[in-house]
Amino acid sequence: MALTFPRRAGRRRLRRFTRRDVVVLGVLLGIPILLDIVIIWGPTLASIGLSFTAWDGIGDIHWVGGDNYKNLVDNYPAFWPAVRHNVLWLLFLGLIATPFGLFLAVLIDRGVRFSRFYQSTLYMPVVLSLAVVGFIAQLVLGTDQGAINTILANRDDPIDWLGDSSINLWMIMIAASWRHVGYVMILYLAGLKSVDPELKEAAAIDGANARQTFFRVVFPTLRPVNVIVGVITVIEALRAFDIVYAVNKGRNGLELLSVLITDNIIGEASRIGFGSAIAVVLLTVSLGFIVTFLVQELRGARDR
Amino acid sequence: MTAETRTDALTRPAATAPARAPHKPRRGRFGVHLFLTAVSLAFLAPLLLAVYASLRPYEETAQHGYFSWPKRLSLDYYREAYTESGMGKYFINTLLIAVPGVIITLFLAAFVAFAVSRLRIRGGIVLLMFFTAGNLLPQQVIVTPLYVLFNRIPLPWWMSDSLKMYDSYWAVIIVNIAFQLGFCVFVLANFMRTLPQEILESAIVDGAGVWTQFWRITLPLCRPALAALGTLEFTWIYNDFLWALIFISNPDKLPITSSLNNLRGQFFTDYNLLAAGSVLVALPTILVFLLLQRHFIAGLTLGSTKG
Repeated sequence: MALTFPRRAGRRRLRRFTRRDVVVLGVLLGIPILLDIVIIWGPTLASIGLSFTAWDGIGDIHWVGGDNYKNLVDNYPAFWPAVRHNVLWLLFLGLIATPFGLFLAVLIDRGVRFSRFYQSTLYMPVVLSLAVVGFIAQLVLGTDQGAINTILANRDDPIDWLGDSSINLWMIMIAASWRHVGYVMILYLAGLKSVDPELKEAAAIDGANARQTFFRVVFPTLRPVNVIVGVITVIEALRAFDIVYAVNKGRNGLELLSVLITDNIIGEASRIGFGSAIAVVLLTVSLGFIVTFLVQELRGARDR
Repeated sequence: MTAETRTDALTRPAATAPARAPHKPRRGRFGVHLFLTAVSLAFLAPLLLAVYASLRPYEETAQHGYFSWPKRLSLDYYREAYTESGMGKYFINTLLIAVPGVIITLFLAAFVAFAVSRLRIRGGIVLLMFFTAGNLLPQQVIVTPLYVLFNRIPLPWWMSDSLKMYDSYWAVIIVNIAFQLGFCVFVLANFMRTLPQEILESAIVDGAGVWTQFWRITLPLCRPALAALGTLEFTWIYNDFLWALIFISNPDKLPITSSLNNLRGQFFTDYNLLAAGSVLVALPTILVFLLLQRHFIAGLTLGSTKG
C-alpha cells in the first residue's frame, strides 16, 4: 500500500502563496483553530488548574494544592465504585460487545443471502440517542410491567433489574452494547470488503482453514480498522453518561465518573474544584489512549 | 503492509493437508441464517416493544405487563406527547441548533482538511492531531470551565434573552461545532487524500488561488463525503443530550432529546407516555437512517478505511 502513494510533499512546499491566499488561509484556518482552543483545549487546561482549587463558582478561588485529589481518594465514597464501573464498562464493551460485532461482520461478509436486511437491522440501534436507549431499557427491564419480568411471570417476587445495585450495571451495559455492536459491525464490514480476495485465496492454497485464514491473514490486514474500533470502544466507555442519566441519574449502583463530575458542577452545592479533580482523572486515562491512537495514525500517515 | 502479510502467509508451512479444496462462500447455510435472524430479532425487539407499549393505555399494561395481548390500541399518547408536552416546539429548537451546527462544522472542517491534505502546509499533521485529539476528549472534562465562561460572556438582548451566552442556543451550537470538528477533519482529510492531485495542479497552472482551489475545485468532488458526514453529524447533534442539559436552563429552549426527561413526572412516570415520546424522538433519526442508509454508513467508514 505504501508504494502506491508517492510522496509529493517536497515539491508542493516550494510554491509561494499570494497575499490573498495567505489571508484566506489565515482566516479559515484561524477560526477553527481558535474555536478549538477556546472551547476544547483552553477549558481542558483550565480544568487541570481548577482541580487544585476550592471554588463554588461565585466567591473567591482558593488554592488548595492536592487536597481535592486526597479527598477524592479518601473521603468520597462514590469515587471508587465509579472507577470500577467505568473499568467494567470498558471490559464489557472491549471483551464482549466489540468481538461480537466483529463476529457478526465476518458472518455477514461471507455472503449470506439477505445480508442487507441483517446489516440494516443490526445497525438500526446506532442511530438512536443513548437517552432513548435508556428509556427503552426501562420498558424492557421495568420491575412491575417490564417485558422481561412479564415473560418470567414473577409478579409476586419481581426482579428489580434496574434498581438492584448488584445487577443494574450489567443490564445497562447490555443496553449500551445493543448500540455498540452495530457500530463495530459496520466498521468491520467496510474493512473486510476492502481486504484483497487474493490474500484469502493464497492462504487457502496454502491449506489454511477458514479460522486460520481469518486470524492469521485477514485480521492483521484490518489493522487500521482495529485501531479505530479500539479508540471508539475506549472513548465510549469513558464517556458513558446519557444512558445512566436517563435511567436514574446515575445513582444506586450506576455511578460513573462522568456522572460524578456533572453532579459536582450543576448539583446543589457546586464544588467546581472538586468536580474538576474528577475530570482530570478521566482526562488522564483518556489521554493515554488518545496518544496511543495518534501515534498509530502518525505512523499510518508516514506510510502514505 | 499488504505485501508483507502475503509473503508471510505464503512462506508459512501449510498447517493442514494441502489437498483440501479452497472454501468458496456457500449460500443458504441454515445455521448461519438461523443465528443472524435470531440476533436481528433480538435487536429489533426493544424498538418494537416501545412502539407497542406506546399504543396501549397505562391501566392495561399496569395490570398485565407489556408482554400481553392488547385490548385497546390508540394513538392517544402520541397526541399527548406531541401537543401537551410541546414536542413540536422542542423539535424546532433542535433544528435551530443542528442545522447551523452541521453546516458550519462541515464548512470549517472541509477547509482544514483541504489545507492539511491538499496544500500540504507545514505542520499539517500536527494540525490534524490537534483537531482529532480534541474530538476524543470526554465531554465532562471541558464542561466546568465552559459553564463558567459562558456565564460571563454577555450577549445583547437580540441574540440571547438571558443576556448571557449561558442559556442560549449560541452556547450549544458553538460547543457542538468545536467538538465535532475533529471527527469531520479526520474523515475529510482521509477522503481528500484519495482525490487525484493532478486536478489541483492544473488549476494552479491556471492561476487559481487557494479559495478557488478549495471552493470551486475540491469541494464539488467531496460531495459524497459531505453528504455522508452531514447525515451522520445531523444525527449526532440531534441525539446530543449533555450539552443542552448543562448549558440551557430555560426548559422552553431545550432540544428534543434533552426534553424527553420532561415527560417523566415528579412522582409518577407514565412509561407508556415516555415510550410514545421516545418513539417520536427516535423517528426522525430512523427515517434519516432508512432513507440515507448508504450515506450514513459511508460517513462512518470513510474515516476507517483509506479510500
